[in-house]
Amino acid sequence: MDVLDLTRLQFAVVTIYHYLFVPLSICLSATAAGLHLTWLRTGDDRFRDLTRFVGKLLIVTFAVGVVTGLVQEFQFGLGWSAFAKFYGDVFGPTLAIEGMLAFFLEATFLALWYFGWGRLPRRLHAATIVIVAAGTLLSAYIILAANSFMQNPVAYALDPVTGRAHLTSFVELLTNEVVLAAFPHTMAGAAMAGGGLLLAIGVRRLAADPAFRTLSRLGAWLMLAGGALTAITGDHLGKVMTAVQPMKMAAAEALYETTTGAPFSVFALGTLGHEKPFLTVEIPRLLSFLGTGSFSGTVQGIDDLQAQYVAQYGPGSYVPMIPVAFWTFRLMIGAGVAGMALAAYYLWASSTRKWRLPLLPAALQAGAGVPGWARRILLLAPLLPAAANTFGWVFTETARQPWLAFGISTVADGVSPGLTSVEVVASLAGFTLVYGLLAVAWYRLVVHLCGKPLAEVPEKSPAADPAPAY
Amino acid sequence: MITFWFAILVLAWVLYFVLEGFDFGVGVLAPFLGRDDHERAAAIRTIGPFWDGNEVWLVAAIGVTFAAFPDWYAVLLAGTYLPMVGILLLLAVRGVALEFRGKHDSPAWRRRCDRLLAGSSAGVVLLWGALLGVFVHGLALGPDGTVTGNGLGRSLSPLLTPAAGLGALAALFGAVMLGATFLALRTTGPVRRRAVALGRHGGNLGTVGLLLAGIATGSRLALVAAVLSVIAGMLARQGREGGAFTAVALGVAGAVVAVFTAHGSVVLRSTLDPMWSLTRESAAAGPAALRLITVAGVIVLPGVLAYQTWSYWVFRRRIASERVPS
Repeated sequence: MDVLDLTRLQFAVVTIYHYLFVPLSICLSATAAGLHLTWLRTGDDRFRDLTRFVGKLLIVTFAVGVVTGLVQEFQFGLGWSAFAKFYGDVFGPTLAIEGMLAFFLEATFLALWYFGWGRLPRRLHAATIVIVAAGTLLSAYIILAANSFMQNPVAYALDPVTGRAHLTSFVELLTNEVVLAAFPHTMAGAAMAGGGLLLAIGVRRLAADPAFRTLSRLGAWLMLAGGALTAITGDHLGKVMTAVQPMKMAAAEALYETTTGAPFSVFALGTLGHEKPFLTVEIPRLLSFLGTGSFSGTVQGIDDLQAQYVAQYGPGSYVPMIPVAFWTFRLMIGAGVAGMALAAYYLWASSTRKWRLPLLPAALQAGAGVPGWARRILLLAPLLPAAANTFGWVFTETARQPWLAFGISTVADGVSPGLTSVEVVASLAGFTLVYGLLAVAWYRLVVHLCGKPLAEVPEKSPAADPAPAY
Repeated sequence: MITFWFAILVLAWVLYFVLEGFDFGVGVLAPFLGRDDHERAAAIRTIGPFWDGNEVWLVAAIGVTFAAFPDWYAVLLAGTYLPMVGILLLLAVRGVALEFRGKHDSPAWRRRCDRLLAGSSAGVVLLWGALLGVFVHGLALGPDGTVTGNGLGRSLSPLLTPAAGLGALAALFGAVMLGATFLALRTTGPVRRRAVALGRHGGNLGTVGLLLAGIATGSRLALVAAVLSVIAGMLARQGREGGAFTAVALGVAGAVVAVFTAHGSVVLRSTLDPMWSLTRESAAAGPAALRLITVAGVIVLPGVLAYQTWSYWVFRRRIASERVPS
């Protein structure tokens, strides 16, 4: 591999790793805020215990998110300094504003909340976690706006003298139609991810404490509702994408010829080249509907788009890696649907109501309880949304190739000049090693935290000892 | 506008090095000043609510550098690639060791976290110090504004200069003094006694370190920093802990300002040919981008300073090692 490929690989590794923790932080901070407010309103101490428990999960997850997020902010200069110079005027202010506006809020107020038990007035204390949750949403929005610029560059002008991109309107950057569609989709995915974690933890400790049943059902609802919203928002995002990056959606379906009333293939066996795959399972006209909103809509094919781009941007290949696009798109949807199915099953089986469905055996009826084998499967719940989110991002980023910012700059233009492959290999090894250790430590700590009885998680009652142990 | 943003940028870096400087120092000192788990926990708890907020100043500093001077950001990071990656990795280990320490009951887990914290804190301080030395010394910038060289040596060789070595040394002294005076201010009991003693004797060492760094950078401000560190030692001997901490903090601030203003409007000197150096004007972003961050900064930064100050006020009480639950 050359420097470009290695730098791309490194960016992918550190970004995917970072994004395993980001959705969890987003969801856990909102959940902690919700539980805290519920405790304030009801005075039920079960909610205080749950709030503090989710708070601990949030702190350890946020820590990994912060340290890996810091790497992200440096990445543009380290490996992609040509990109940083060229788009500095667009990207720099966006990242700086995210840091000044949102990240300071999150970090400072999370510490105030976590260490503020018994030390701040009750309402002010509850307000700090609400600010944290708002900060994470703001942070996510601004970063997604920065990414959406690369998907669909808006609000910029190319300086004829320096040849650089200049920002013309920040408001326009923040209201890019792609970010308006991508933000709800990403947040719904985050709800699924956090829900999956809470579901698994709750199920693991179901017998220990009735409060864990509340936690597991809350997690399952987050996963189910998040999944439904992911599907709805994903449909909208797909239509926006079909309009701004038709090549990406054509690659997702491996559709070579422009087709009217195009089918969606659920599954395909073959090379995904020009020849027909020898086995496909297709839903007629669905792709046209997904892409255009009409079952008889016309979807542009890869070959036509390639010819069009050659005419527009000059010779070269504008086709991304088709199998990667095709399969990541399907795996994203598949993992999401499987996650929703798990959550729905759990909600059904653990319900206190006794609905009956004809033909189902008694063990699978509502309120029948969750058997041991099913609990073991439910422990895997966090993996499904994590996989769906990862496949989604891999699809989004790789199916944009060869562009870094669509239509203006290619990935090959962005890499740091003078960077040597020895340096990238060394840093990649360092990241892999340290990130691996972080993952092991995070996992051990989460398992340890959920091994404790819930009421004991705050070592002493908040009033007796205001600050948690450090 | 460019001068204004240069001032903001220096301010952000100064705040980062002063604020995170003391929590680096506490990280390095915790295993030495804390003889048992309780004492170490007390030492680390003094920075518990603050370190994350302090580290965000790095996010702000690098963000402002990117936004206001994109070329500087690009050349600096790509040119010091491996040391920068080293800092990021050590900061990752450090942050996680800090946050994970108290979340597990086993003594072995805590010991491991303490060691990782001390080692990574020291490593980060040394690397930052060396890099600050490199910023003053300059990089081997070619005519195209990128660092020349091949293989590992491209971004490691700048560290093999006297300026980098002295920078690392000065930074370690600075952080240890900041940590010691901060612990003296924020703890009671045995940890405080030891921190006070270290502050008394450490001042002289810090002075030597800062003087050496001053010679390396050729800056009068570093001289001022050294004088302040003498004052800090004197104040510490008189038992005036707040004054001692302030004096060390001002000394570190002065040294950081000295680094960033060492060559006037040249922000990154080329060691090959002065013609190829990067200046404030050539590195700055366009007027529209500067206007945008000015609007954002004027609205946001006072708020940030206010609520961070408030968080220091909320957690102002001294921490006694006896009261920390095991």
